[in-house]
Amino acid sequence: MPGKLKVKIVAGRHLPVMDRASDLTDAFVEVKFGNMTFKTDVYHKSLNPQWNSEWFKFEVDDEDLQDEPLQITVLDHDTYSANDAIGKVYIDIDPLLYSEAATVISGWFPIYDTIHGIRGEINVVVKVDLFNDLNRFRQSSCGVKFFCTTSIPKCYRAVIIHGFVEELVVNEDPEYQWIDRIRTPRASNEARQRLISLMSGELQRKIGLKVLEMRGNAVVGYLQCFDLEGESGLVVRAIGTACTLDKLSSTAAFLPACNSPSKEMKEIPFNEDPNPNTHSSGPSTPLKNQTYSFSPSKSYSRQSSSSDTDLSLTPKTGMGSGSAGKEGGPFKALLRQQTQSALEQREFPFFTLTAFPPGFLVHVGGVVSARSVKLLDRIHNPDEPETRDAWWAEIRQEIKSHAKALGCHAVVGYSESTSICEEVCILSASGTAAVLNPRFLQDGTVEGCLEQRQEENLPAGCGFCHIPYDELNMPFPAHLTYCYSCRKQKVPDVLFTTIDLPTDATVIGKGCLIQARLCRLKKKAQAEANATAISNLLPFMEYEVHTQLMNKLKLKGMNALFGLRIQITVGENMLMGLASATGVYLTALPTPGGIQIAGKTPNDGSYEQHISHMQKKINDTIAKNKELYEINPPEIPEEIIGSPIPEPRQRSRLLRSQSESSDEVIELDLSHGKKDAFVLEIDDTDAMEDVHSLLTDVPPPSGFYSCNTEIMPGINNWTSEIQMFTSVRVSRLSNINLTNQTLNKNFNDLCENLLKSLYFKLRSMIPCCLCHVNFTVSLPEDELIQVTVTAVAITFDKHQAVQTTKTHVEKSLQRASTDNEELLQFPLELCTDSLGSHPFSPAKEHLESASSNSGIPAAQRAVSVEKASPLTEGHFRQRSAPACANSTVGVVKMTPLSFIPGAKITKYLGIINMFFIRETTSLREEGGVSGFLHAFIAEVFAMVRAHVAALGGNAVVSYIMKQCVFMENPNKNQAQCLINVSGDAVIFVRESELEIISTQQPIASCQPACGGGEIAT
Amino acid sequence: MTNELDIFVGNTTLIDEDVYRLWLDGYSVSDAVGLRVRSGILEQTGATAGVLQSDTMDHYRTFHMLERLLHTPPKLLHQLVFQIPPSRQALLIERYYAFDEAFVREVLGKKLSKGTKKDLDDISTKTGVTLKSCRRQFDNFKRVFKVVEEMRGSLAGNIQQHFLLSDRLARDYAAVVFFANNRFETGKKKLQYLTFGDLAFCAELMIQNWTPGAVGEQPPDPPPYSQVDDMDVDLDKEFLQDLKELKVLVADKDLLDLHKSLVCTALRGKLSVFPEMEANFKNLSRGLVNIASKLTHTKDVRDLFVDLVEKFIEPCRSDRWPLNDVRLFLNQYSASVHSLDGFRHQALWDRYMVTLRSCLLRMYHD
Repeated sequence: MPGKLKVKIVAGRHLPVMDRASDLTDAFVEVKFGNMTFKTDVYHKSLNPQWNSEWFKFEVDDEDLQDEPLQITVLDHDTYSANDAIGKVYIDIDPLLYSEAATVISGWFPIYDTIHGIRGEINVVVKVDLFNDLNRFRQSSCGVKFFCTTSIPKCYRAVIIHGFVEELVVNEDPEYQWIDRIRTPRASNEARQRLISLMSGELQRKIGLKVLEMRGNAVVGYLQCFDLEGESGLVVRAIGTACTLDKLSSTAAFLPACNSPSKEMKEIPFNEDPNPNTHSSGPSTPLKNQTYSFSPSKSYSRQSSSSDTDLSLTPKTGMGSGSAGKEGGPFKALLRQQTQSALEQREFPFFTLTAFPPGFLVHVGGVVSARSVKLLDRIHNPDEPETRDAWWAEIRQEIKSHAKALGCHAVVGYSESTSICEEVCILSASGTAAVLNPRFLQDGTVEGCLEQRQEENLPAGCGFCHIPYDELNMPFPAHLTYCYSCRKQKVPDVLFTTIDLPTDATVIGKGCLIQARLCRLKKKAQAEANATAISNLLPFMEYEVHTQLMNKLKLKGMNALFGLRIQITVGENMLMGLASATGVYLTALPTPGGIQIAGKTPNDGSYEQHISHMQKKINDTIAKNKELYEINPPEIPEEIIGSPIPEPRQRSRLLRSQSESSDEVIELDLSHGKKDAFVLEIDDTDAMEDVHSLLTDVPPPSGFYSCNTEIMPGINNWTSEIQMFTSVRVSRLSNINLTNQTLNKNFNDLCENLLKSLYFKLRSMIPCCLCHVNFTVSLPEDELIQVTVTAVAITFDKHQAVQTTKTHVEKSLQRASTDNEELLQFPLELCTDSLGSHPFSPAKEHLESASSNSGIPAAQRAVSVEKASPLTEGHFRQRSAPACANSTVGVVKMTPLSFIPGAKITKYLGIINMFFIRETTSLREEGGVSGFLHAFIAEVFAMVRAHVAALGGNAVVSYIMKQCVFMENPNKNQAQCLINVSGDAVIFVRESELEIISTQQPIASCQPACGGGEIAT
Repeated sequence: MTNELDIFVGNTTLIDEDVYRLWLDGYSVSDAVGLRVRSGILEQTGATAGVLQSDTMDHYRTFHMLERLLHTPPKLLHQLVFQIPPSRQALLIERYYAFDEAFVREVLGKKLSKGTKKDLDDISTKTGVTLKSCRRQFDNFKRVFKVVEEMRGSLAGNIQQHFLLSDRLARDYAAVVFFANNRFETGKKKLQYLTFGDLAFCAELMIQNWTPGAVGEQPPDPPPYSQVDDMDVDLDKEFLQDLKELKVLVADKDLLDLHKSLVCTALRGKLSVFPEMEANFKNLSRGLVNIASKLTHTKDVRDLFVDLVEKFIEPCRSDRWPLNDVRLFLNQYSASVHSLDGFRHQALWDRYMVTLRSCLLRMYHD
């Protein structure tokens, strides 16, 4: 019996009127976990009931603790008829399962009903007592920390970055079960919400088990997605990067004990925990033996591939499901052949991280992506989701081989996505092929370290641009020059990546958001024919998206793309492609050439005039953009550059393939064959369109910048004002003779207008930058296009921004305010001097305790205030209070970034992963589709904030809205929407407050003590 | 291609003050867009009309959702759906409860019932305030009235706590509630020259001095009240009853003559309108005292302001008394009563005259 969950229902407020006669409500609460249910007393005739219940105690397995959500249902008691449900609260108790995160969940939660939305709030306190369990066959993975953040979380240090973890679970979708025909929409929605909550809990637990097998203690860059496959079921899948993390503040006391083997960095215990027993996999577990197979010596590493397989196969029998089965024989054979690099022994050397510790990333090859069109069929046995596993395994294998073709042994910035329409599904995966420094990986080799040392001699900031592949044996025709920074290594002319701009990269000027948008009509078709049609279209779409990106990049006078994300969406009668990336000018790469326009019929005079007019316009635009983005690279005399490369034809490093249901792999070279790289040929109206669309992209108004990466290159003086937002637009296409061109134009206008609206709305924040701009396109119906954007606007200090920093040192300080600990910590770690990290820790410990005193109690204080003076309606104590000063709702910031400008994250409280359904049968009354969705999204934000506040946090970082599925039926006055969001709950402290705190004496750090004490019971 | 759905939701709710004003003023979305275009915002920002339309719609939707909460401002503070900084919350509330001078003059003293609401159409036409805005303002009055009507303690204080208004606005609402409750007539033609400010000023003084709550000092924490009607909204019935005793000042001829001679002696040479004052003293005094003695009748309470204007302000004005002379006269008029040996109701007189004097001075203008 490894855990005791304790729940107390304190009070409710703002409840809806359930009894029309008295205008009051007789509310009570059901608390359910697993199969156990408790009830509070009925609190009669009040909209602000004070239940003040006893502690409801659930004694449960830790497996259940991980899988099950706590369900709290508020009901209105009715003597004569059935009790009416007011609404529910689902609480994920996962953050309470690892000792470093939250110790208590306590606060006001919105009571949510899938039909009515938020209906009042309820105050709940939740605690967990965990017991020690040394069972080696256990199925739980309590203690593994999860982070959505795609970089090493700010108050941690990566000891080892183990690598890729993935898992998926499937189930039947309750919405499509027979019972759905007879139950109410509410019951159906709730069944769905509950199931998905359960499935994500299970998924997280299974991923956690894999991490424990790898001897890791955390998952970073955790991305969980739902595939609503309709009839064929519901798939919940997740990928992440397993790491062994070390908490920076608490390590000090433990490091001396373990610094002997740290040179190889293979044997670092889970030292972030003050009580070693609490950790699920203590050093005494049998797993330890297997660690030795990962030892750094080369001879062992050959065998480790087989032991690796054994390791991952072991739990399969116990788990019943899982994707371990895909490690088929052929792959293994393939793997064994490659022993040159430690990484290649891994099944999938993938990393979901997009930002890395300094020195981790050695070279970047380019973007690798793979897509595959599948026909969905019913999943017959949910416990053996082998087809879905096999699909993904296939795609990952492709990615891996693409990376290898680029001379890279790893893929970073890796992500997976799907697009489903009826029974057709496009699976996509993409990442950036890279060469990594094995020092940070578990089975690092000596060679790796040597390599690193060589790298360190080079001027920093250009190394990652150097080509990883063999110059004489290139995977595709490429245009290489000597690096413009160090002049020693070869670099490509353009670089596309899916990662964030490395902190040490030197750029000139500012970056900007670059988007390629594309639509392709497709005939309506069924099953196989449909899949074939889509497969045939995909290569063309990729090609055009790529061409657009390249042209727009040139037009901006830039030479590299970061954070590239290409989304292909499938609809009934069309395909949509949307690529977003942040363009920058990398100092190490050559200056991009301009764009030349060539006509096909050079004899026609007026035509030529037109062409030259266009050419002038393009040249003007390039010049204007260079000015706008402050791109003024120093002139470099030709001779210094070295050998001019004879073939200026290369256009891309994007290697990509399609595959249909078969395993057939087509590799497309996107270098445009024999065409000159920078020439746009205008041979038909299509091409004219292209050129026009190039020029119609309006730059943001002055004072605005935008990017889809974490930070904007060239801006380094963020102020603390941030505004995260979500904007949704659904556009109906007029169905009259749709052509590809009108479609493209419509889509282009939709996106451009959306951006313009954002600039207008946020004009009061100028000067500001839209960061992490994330566009999602879906095609909910025949003629509907839905675009969803989530981003954060951050203001910056104009005066400092004017001084463009050009030296490397300044550049690398771009993220200094938030990242400095990372920058400082790693060099210290490199010299393996454990004492080296000490100077920081005492101050940090103050921070910890102080923040826990300023952060957590904020929520609790509010609670206790309420408890002290039971609020009867409209009764207020303060007589002459200044209006509005007595707000008890604490501010919770939300941001898609991994940091908060001008603040320091002092604690990660756990992952937030929430799924909501909202449905209405009175669409008009709720303000139409806009009113309905506006209210729903506002409610989702509110519920996220409430959960974070209850955990004691004051912000969500790495926030992402992964899904926003909106369906409407205006004729029936109905609409339904599903939203899935996730992020990391954190406590942050303003840098301005830091000084005040650090001067105060540390208040007895009760946080860890409490945690330890509770575990001991 | 048309946008079926177009929304923007910020983690911090965006409030555009200009659009909020347009919304409060009752403009439709298209009117508001037109007004915004005319304000030159497109030129300033380089936005298109479509962007402006979308932005305006978005704000209107937000305000519409907030309106429910604005009806009970404390809910706005405690709700979790809209994250709004406290200063913005205060602004939202304050502006929502703000009212137009023209509108308030129309409804001040009227019964805040549905019947009056039907007249809102006329008021809208008359004042140029949009019907929507009239309705909001009227509903605000009604809502505030309903909440504080039966409540004990300071009227303005109650309003401030339940509606989180600024001190100034809470006092204005106290006046509105006070007028509505006592149904003072303010709409007569001869009263039209009075501003809301004048009337609110009078209301505040009357609340301070003429209601049951005015007896004795109020302790900071409201003690258990024994009297049922110990509230700020009603006039002190006992006080009104007692006011009959003042009648002796005009009924007793000797007392009246003595009073007159005291005032005239003191003011001789100090007033530019001395002869007129001397000639009119008995009329004026009779007027003021009769108003006091009649206040037991609800009808006469309602006509208080009409009477004040008819019996005192108009006669003075017709004789072109300067304001300063009115002040000197009223001061001397109230003070001299203390020298009348036969008069026993000095405290009562002061309670009446201190308030009345200030009201009359405030009301004495063109």
